[in-house]
Amino acid sequence: MSTRFRLPILLALTLGLLLGSAFAQVELRMTWYDDGAEGVVMRELLDRFEAANPDVKVIMDTVPYSSGILESLPLQLAAGEGPDIARVTNLGGLSQYFLDLRPYLEDAAYWDANFGPFLDWMRPAGSDAIPGFMTQLTVTGPFVNKTLFDQAGIAVPEGGTWQEWAAVTRQVAEATGTPFAMVMDRTGHRLAGPAISQGAQFLDADGKIVVDDPGMRAMMQLMIDWHADGTMVPDVWIGSAGSYAAGNEFFVNGQVVLYMSGSWQVGQFTNLIGDAFDWVVVPNPCGPAACTGMPGGAGVVALAETEHPAEVARVMEFLAQEEQLAEFYGRSLFIPGHLGLAESGVTFATENPLTGAALTAFSQQVPLLHPIAYAMQAYPYNFVVFNAIRDRLTQVFVGELTLDQALERIQADIDEALRESGAN
Amino acid sequence: MAGTPNAFQRANALVGRATQRVYALTMNAFGLVMEPAQKLLGVRRMAYLFVLPNLLVFGIFILFPMLLNVYFAMTEGGNLFPQDRPFVGAANFERLYTCTDYGDPNTCLEDRFWRAARNTGVFVFFQVSGMVLVSLITSMVLNRKIVARGFFRSVYFYPVLLSPVVVALIWKWILQRDGVLNAILIALGLDPINFMLDGTWAMTWVILVSIWAHMGFYTLILLAGLQSIPNELYDAGAIDGTSTLQAFRHITLPLLMPTMMVVLVLSLIRAVQMFDEVFVLTGGGPGSATMLMVQYIYMTGFGTQNPRFGMAAAASVTLGAVLLVATLIQLRLGQGSERHLA
Repeated sequence: MSTRFRLPILLALTLGLLLGSAFAQVELRMTWYDDGAEGVVMRELLDRFEAANPDVKVIMDTVPYSSGILESLPLQLAAGEGPDIARVTNLGGLSQYFLDLRPYLEDAAYWDANFGPFLDWMRPAGSDAIPGFMTQLTVTGPFVNKTLFDQAGIAVPEGGTWQEWAAVTRQVAEATGTPFAMVMDRTGHRLAGPAISQGAQFLDADGKIVVDDPGMRAMMQLMIDWHADGTMVPDVWIGSAGSYAAGNEFFVNGQVVLYMSGSWQVGQFTNLIGDAFDWVVVPNPCGPAACTGMPGGAGVVALAETEHPAEVARVMEFLAQEEQLAEFYGRSLFIPGHLGLAESGVTFATENPLTGAALTAFSQQVPLLHPIAYAMQAYPYNFVVFNAIRDRLTQVFVGELTLDQALERIQADIDEALRESGAN
Repeated sequence: MAGTPNAFQRANALVGRATQRVYALTMNAFGLVMEPAQKLLGVRRMAYLFVLPNLLVFGIFILFPMLLNVYFAMTEGGNLFPQDRPFVGAANFERLYTCTDYGDPNTCLEDRFWRAARNTGVFVFFQVSGMVLVSLITSMVLNRKIVARGFFRSVYFYPVLLSPVVVALIWKWILQRDGVLNAILIALGLDPINFMLDGTWAMTWVILVSIWAHMGFYTLILLAGLQSIPNELYDAGAIDGTSTLQAFRHITLPLLMPTMMVVLVLSLIRAVQMFDEVFVLTGGGPGSATMLMVQYIYMTGFGTQNPRFGMAAAASVTLGAVLLVATLIQLRLGQGSERHLA
């Protein structure tokens, strides 16, 4: 090569390297799960962010909820190998791994104003950290197959106790040849609302968990009876040992009259059920103490182990803006976890009148939720309580434990887990 | 025919010379290292040098994790890194073994551990004995000159090639409420059975599925053992007037015993370690009716949102110890039977 070409080529190479490093993309990973098709909406929002911010690329790792979010993610975080951003439901239990975005945000006041009450669910007591925002606010409550009621010639009750609902759904099931009257997701969280309605207190005056009280006993006894007499689908609680299981397939397939789940199912029911049958959301059935479900929700949170906190904050700030969230909630058919949008309302992207009615019905449940339900949602170790109830109650269903033994075991499991995690 | 080599022959010769050069260079390079090493260590110690790479792999990936596991068993808490975990000595083992009545898991502090232990005992007993029996019968049938013997040998081995998860999913579709088996029962005018919701049925199917999935492997081992028995012994027995049963008892069984012992040890270890198929098929349920020991360890350490690594490690140390003792006993028994045979 002639010497007169060497210098320009070297200069060009150096300039190329400098420009290359200047435009080097930061790659962020977001662990995600889908209840319905909300991942598609999130991806589109991220595409828009990337178009406006070519120096940041966000890769979505969509994983199954149970094995990916509930089981694997905590281990990844404990090992310091987690993603930069994640969508989680165990907001309190994982809060130790969350990044406080406050120092990186341009407008932290916007977050305090719009996510304030929910931020308390995802940060240690007394902290003012801003770890993320809610992808949805959820409310638990029952879905009812209205077509089955119509076929049975029985009007859908406007209220009633859990016992009354069990009786009427049994009547509908018998009249229509439907295999089961009721099904409930296999989780202590879903059971908690009905238990509080029966009088369960969960937390004593000192803020410690106490499970064995008349309210909890009453609800557990109802569950035992319903599983014994065939009112409840046994496959979900008895046939799914060791982990969360949803009863949605039984409802979608028209095999059950009432499904105790929550608002996050609305989107997928709209798509999966279509016009196969009419379904409605009914108010949470009552007990002697209340007629409550449980609040809850999922949040997108930034994780402290990230090597790019500033870029993570930029992504989060973009996603949390009202414009983006209005589209996300509206297209995903989720109840907004943004106070401004909750007040102004979100246009849900559906022409299905059942969907709109269901979301309205769930939204109407929010002010009716019992204070204990909110307290339990904010309790950072609520998953320990819910898991212990779920697993031990299942053992009662199959005859491995009596109700008394189960209640003793639940308390022992909780005490041991809290002791080992240093919470006691 | 001699003559000028063609292009192919020339290329061939070139490749041959190049290969020789590379080989010579490689050997010389080794020599550069090995000769001084041999001078330094002496001929006898050179063996250790050759074993070193394997020893390093074994040490890093097997021995070190085992020792780390023992350390974890003496710590508690949810932290993953050993330095962050409080040392509690034998507290996890103490908690694990505290029972007022070992026959009743409900009297134990860690009742799930004892349920898993009991389930594992039942599973191992029936699965291993069933496996050995079925494999023995199958191998004896396949050892005879039957029609399409090669085809049948392949068919019995085929499930071994399947992933355990695939095996479990196939059987789940067969056994579930709306599964194939219930469809057949209904078609026959019988009532469907919820196989996965009844503890006894679930355990029965877990054992049967496991035997179905793995018998091909053990059948193959036993078949090799059968084929190594000289025909002359059977011919001599026939001259002496032995019946088929006598030939099996006095010729086949004793000569097959060393192979049987291998099958027994391998199937026992595999049965005690059973996890994937059962976990996908039943999840350990209903309740904890099919929760085996490895699933207990997994669920305690990794399967929940509040992992108890210390307790899981203590249970796995216990399982390892039990497995070691069982294997040693079996090997000793095997040696005894071989000596008796000799």
